[in-house]
Amino acid sequence: MTQLLQALVNGTSLAAVYGLIGLGFVIIYKSTQVFNFAQPALLLLGAYWVVYFTTVVKWPFWLALILAAALSALTGVVVERVALRPMVGKPVFAVAIMTIGLNILITIFALDLLGIDARPMGAPWSIDFFAFDLFGGRLVVTHRQIAALVAAVVLVGLLLTFFRFSRFGLAMRAAAFDQEVTLTQGVSVTAVFAASWAIASVLAMVGGVFIGSTPPGLDRSASIVALKALPVVVIGGLDSIAGTLVGALIVGLAEALTFTYQPEHAAFLGGNFAQVVPYLVMFLVLLVKPYGLFGTKEIERV
Amino acid sequence: MRRRPGLISDYSSDTAIFRNNVQRFWFVVLMVAVVVLGLGGTLPLVPGLVEFSLAGDLMLLSVTALFASIGAIGLNIVTGYGGQVSLGHAFFLGLGAFTAAVLGGEEVSRRVFDLSTGQQVDKTILVGFGLDMAIWLPAAGLVAALAGLIVAPIASRLKGLYLAFVTLGLVFLGEHIFKEAGSYTGGLGVGRATAVPSLFGFRFDQPGEVLGVHLSRLQKLFFLGLILLTLLAFIAKNIARSRIGRALAAIRDRDIAAELMGINLARYKMTAFVISSLYAGIAGALLYSGLSRVEPGSFNLLLSIVYIAMILIGGAATIAGSIMGAFFIIFLPRIVKWLAGFWVFGFISDSPTGGFLNLSQIEQLMFGGLIVAFLIFEPLGLYGLWIRVRNYWKAWPFSY
Repeated sequence: MTQLLQALVNGTSLAAVYGLIGLGFVIIYKSTQVFNFAQPALLLLGAYWVVYFTTVVKWPFWLALILAAALSALTGVVVERVALRPMVGKPVFAVAIMTIGLNILITIFALDLLGIDARPMGAPWSIDFFAFDLFGGRLVVTHRQIAALVAAVVLVGLLLTFFRFSRFGLAMRAAAFDQEVTLTQGVSVTAVFAASWAIASVLAMVGGVFIGSTPPGLDRSASIVALKALPVVVIGGLDSIAGTLVGALIVGLAEALTFTYQPEHAAFLGGNFAQVVPYLVMFLVLLVKPYGLFGTKEIERV
Repeated sequence: MRRRPGLISDYSSDTAIFRNNVQRFWFVVLMVAVVVLGLGGTLPLVPGLVEFSLAGDLMLLSVTALFASIGAIGLNIVTGYGGQVSLGHAFFLGLGAFTAAVLGGEEVSRRVFDLSTGQQVDKTILVGFGLDMAIWLPAAGLVAALAGLIVAPIASRLKGLYLAFVTLGLVFLGEHIFKEAGSYTGGLGVGRATAVPSLFGFRFDQPGEVLGVHLSRLQKLFFLGLILLTLLAFIAKNIARSRIGRALAAIRDRDIAAELMGINLARYKMTAFVISSLYAGIAGALLYSGLSRVEPGSFNLLLSIVYIAMILIGGAATIAGSIMGAFFIIFLPRIVKWLAGFWVFGFISDSPTGGFLNLSQIEQLMFGGLIVAFLIFEPLGLYGLWIRVRNYWKAWPFSY
């Protein structure tokens, strides 16, 4: 029983991180129709700035976080302006491959800064945890897990409020609906593009902070974790924010439950099977619903 | 008619492999040049030929590029001609490589002490049947094609980005399976020796006399690659210019319109996947046999991206482009190393740790940068550049 609870707690906290990264994919996709494979690289670079400001410059964590967020947003805007703007109107796939190229470029840059060894994040939650004795077992909830959940809830709440009630949020929703009509209504669609890349980049950085503050610290494996946000958005549907949150929960819980029970009950599936479970779930969902659980089915004319 | 080579007046000459005798002539010249480069130094006829031969690492890279070209052509059929983006090519390459390794490789067993009986017993560590190349090479292609056939129904339900995600998931699943099936693949980080390239007793991996000419191991593999690539490239070219190719191009350009014209989408997408995986399987088997050990960790997402880059940089939906792209990508590390020799690029460091940027970083930077640059500036790839150069000189000195 405690084992199950523990798996659920771990799964929810994983889901929070996947949800943050996944939202970045969805926001860019909704407003620019670009699927951004460079998200893992943006995550790595953003998390590196936090590492740099806390451990090299030795500023307080919160200040480092704000500066890193600013730098990440800037990176997102620059990448959009330099590489993605010339690609407007090109086939969706060509642009997606282009972001794969960008992912390689930015990753090299980030890894060159980061070095080979794992670097500590300098986050205040470090490795402390709360322990509860329940049902004759021990339930461990780390501070990091709580922080991840709180950060996800706060950020998602803020974003939804922003999209729902602010003037610029309305412009972004309009641009996601129809770019040309929005343009004729006097909205700067280019500003919308820039803003969505900035938001996605900051979300990736926050996700990176939580991935990087697990014990060994931030290293290149963070980008592999970031790639697992991809099944999350596919399960939820590429253009659905609510779907991403549901997808994140499904993937997070599936991964945590597999991690807990598979080695014991289905050992033949091999070690580290939990790592590929998100992709299996993605296959199953796409078999039944080709546009994800909440994705809009594309209506096409010849 | 003979005086106007650019004039095409009927459909069959429009789809011909060679449109005129000039192309035929240059193709023969190219083949002769390649054969001479491959033979270089061993032919006693021309004394100065050694200078123009492919030596040392260039020969090894050429052999690798010839085999990789086969894989690139396979990906171009499904992605270039069919417009179905597959990020799963690494999985099919791996399947081919391991099928070849199991069928053509040697069995490895070790004497272990069995605790229950107290006897020394032989335990098989690596499964291998030691079969002939005439069996393992087709088998590698067929097993990969079978996997393509199984994946195709899922893939043909999806299109665009969703297909890319499914094939990407396939790579991760495949990597997991390869890592876990230790008795077939040798396990992560260890790998296994792969199939022996021996065709009816003729060894491609040992130096020897062929038709009175002494050939080294790499030269034999070079000619094996050349023959197979020429054969498979012509087959692919014929597929591309026949019914299947036309159907695939129609699906790529507008799938709904193609369906309305009576093209069976599911069937042609499946055909494309099967042919593509067949080529990938053969390429995977050849790439490792005779050249190196095969290791489960190498069939990752990056390998898929490398193949995508080959067809993008070479030119989507062209057979010649696939080969150009494969050669370019395989030779890229060598080109970078050569560039680093100039003082202008003095900031590039030879050592893996020192300097501002080391060789492998520059290599990856160029790799990523080239994908980005080609997509922005020349979507037709190297093939497009070649067409531009050709058209420029066709009308020279006039601009058009």
